[in-house]
Amino acid sequence: MTSTASSLTLFDKIWARHVVMQRDDGQSLLYVDRHLVQDGSAPAFEMLRRKGLKVRTPERAFATPDHYVPTDSRTLGRIADPEKRAMAQALQDDCATAGIRFFGLDDERQGIVHVVGPEQGLSLPGMLIVCGDSHTSTHGALGALAFGIGASEVAHVLATQTLWQRKPRTLRVHVDGRLGAGVTAKDIILAVIGRLGTAGATGHVIEYAGKAIRALSMEARMTVCNMSIEAGARAGMIAPDDTTFSWLAGRPHAPRGADWDAAVARWRLLPGDANAPFDRELSLHANEIAPMVTWGTSPEDVLPISGRVPDPANAADGEKRDAMRRALAYMGLEAGQPLTDIAVQRVFIGSCTNGRIEDLRSAAAVARGRRVAAGVEAWVVPGSGLVKRQAEAEGLDAVFLAAGFQWRYAGCSMCLGTNGDQVAPGERCASTSNRNFVGRQGPGARTHLMSPAMAAAAAVTGRLADVRGLMQMER
Amino acid sequence: MEAFTQLDAVAAPLARINIDTDQIVPALYLQKPRSANFGDFLFRDVRHDVQGALRADFPLNDPAYADARILVAGRNFGCGSSREHAVWALADGGFRAVIAPSFGDIFFSNALKNGLLPVRLGEDLVDGLLATLQRTPGARLRIDLAAQSVTAPDGSRASFEVEPFARHCLLEGLDELDYTLSQSARIEAFERAHALA
Repeated sequence: MTSTASSLTLFDKIWARHVVMQRDDGQSLLYVDRHLVQDGSAPAFEMLRRKGLKVRTPERAFATPDHYVPTDSRTLGRIADPEKRAMAQALQDDCATAGIRFFGLDDERQGIVHVVGPEQGLSLPGMLIVCGDSHTSTHGALGALAFGIGASEVAHVLATQTLWQRKPRTLRVHVDGRLGAGVTAKDIILAVIGRLGTAGATGHVIEYAGKAIRALSMEARMTVCNMSIEAGARAGMIAPDDTTFSWLAGRPHAPRGADWDAAVARWRLLPGDANAPFDRELSLHANEIAPMVTWGTSPEDVLPISGRVPDPANAADGEKRDAMRRALAYMGLEAGQPLTDIAVQRVFIGSCTNGRIEDLRSAAAVARGRRVAAGVEAWVVPGSGLVKRQAEAEGLDAVFLAAGFQWRYAGCSMCLGTNGDQVAPGERCASTSNRNFVGRQGPGARTHLMSPAMAAAAAVTGRLADVRGLMQMER
Repeated sequence: MEAFTQLDAVAAPLARINIDTDQIVPALYLQKPRSANFGDFLFRDVRHDVQGALRADFPLNDPAYADARILVAGRNFGCGSSREHAVWALADGGFRAVIAPSFGDIFFSNALKNGLLPVRLGEDLVDGLLATLQRTPGARLRIDLAAQSVTAPDGSRASFEVEPFARHCLLEGLDELDYTLSQSARIEAFERAHALA
């Protein structure tokens, strides 16, 4: 669909402001406002060196190590594997050489790059933000266009501050109504992925809209946008509003004084025009969303906690049936089994999806006064050093520790286990992360994705459980 | 980048949907330097059982595909993470092209930048190719990038779309970054005009 000047979406407006030039084949060279860099970036810096190029615009980049950092200490030397240690060290060295701002392990501001960027006010409405990580879509919650890129593209941005892209199509996901008690942003996005499928939004940018989205806090919006990639979308975004502005005000890198007022005035013009057309639309009702859990090895393999493991015989096509059979074999599950019968051995609360302070408060509310079930090892990994400090100021660490959880340092940790924090083969993990792929949390690891409150419920009951039952119970 | 013109090679069928980049190369190997042979890690966890033995039910373990340079797979190939290592693992493992009904966006873009040709064909065509390749293990396909065609063992041809600039870069072995660097004046003009804060 073509948009006229009077009917632009939020995405159209941000895209148009960043086009440097167009190529004959229709691709646009986009200017990158903010380049977030983490410790998986060593190959990109190496590509630059091989071509004899320098980082062109270091002041637009910002770096913090997250994938390879230990979460049981703040010492790089504690990373036993020399190659993993070298990745974290390389980021520090490459940033020092290039003059890129860097929050290292000795800095309380270190953390998962998708937690730190918004927290520091480095990610702002209207910006074009990229990072060599697919969960860069998180930053779209602020009303930015943010997407993940590969190593060659990271090198391209480092060298030119630009990126070639074909303009994606647009998909509006409209969530009306109100979420019930115990139902969270994670349940919204899992329900959306269940509806769209893991490739449903490929080639699209999603804008989340509707009353239930507007009612979400900033951090909850980040959880929703974070998992856009799990429906195939490069980016997810939410129009900035007073929730956005009040959350950003006073952040270290947000504008100040008169600059702030001018910025907010500009940002108020960003939301899409009322009649702006989208290529596709999807509508959901928040009232109908229950706490969700995944049962298989794709984020689209998701059901309400009241459900049963589905039967491959009922699959839509032969390929999906085969995929379901392989998933059930990998997950060690039987068709027809109630999801609440599934026992877990590990619990992971953290990640760029659910490692923010509200996530930890939500999990702590369930853990308070309860004990982690026998035979379960449960971890809480804050998304940043500042999230950790805030949680400790609120006494959440004491709640978790008293319940028998481990309270660790910030990093990506067990979401993908690059730092060695892994789930053992055959073990089952209730996880607040974003991917339940085969081997994602370690070879043979079995992942069930869910919200922080649901993961805490799994920790204290030892099985997948409906957190709403625990909320009504006397402790 | 190694140029891609024509390829006549054994094609391996992998009749699975939603093959994510974690399957293509597990996170456990992402810290390896680019000089490592990522072909050693290609499908590492899905091609082995828990004891580390090769799984008989994983097609690429069939010796008939030892020299395969084309992979034919189900829809949404390469979904998930942005790790370019997934492309490196396929390239280092000998593959120059992947044919599937659809691809993850980031994988598709990463592939083009590394001389690995992602070919989108209709689901019916891919299903037909998969059936043919499963019936006759070791059968060859022919891909002609200039003609934008795939020729099956029975001589039938299917055409595919590829963006002209990407096609030009692949045919000539050119790096997109060099072209962008030649446009530096336009990037500087954009910065001046927008005075981006």
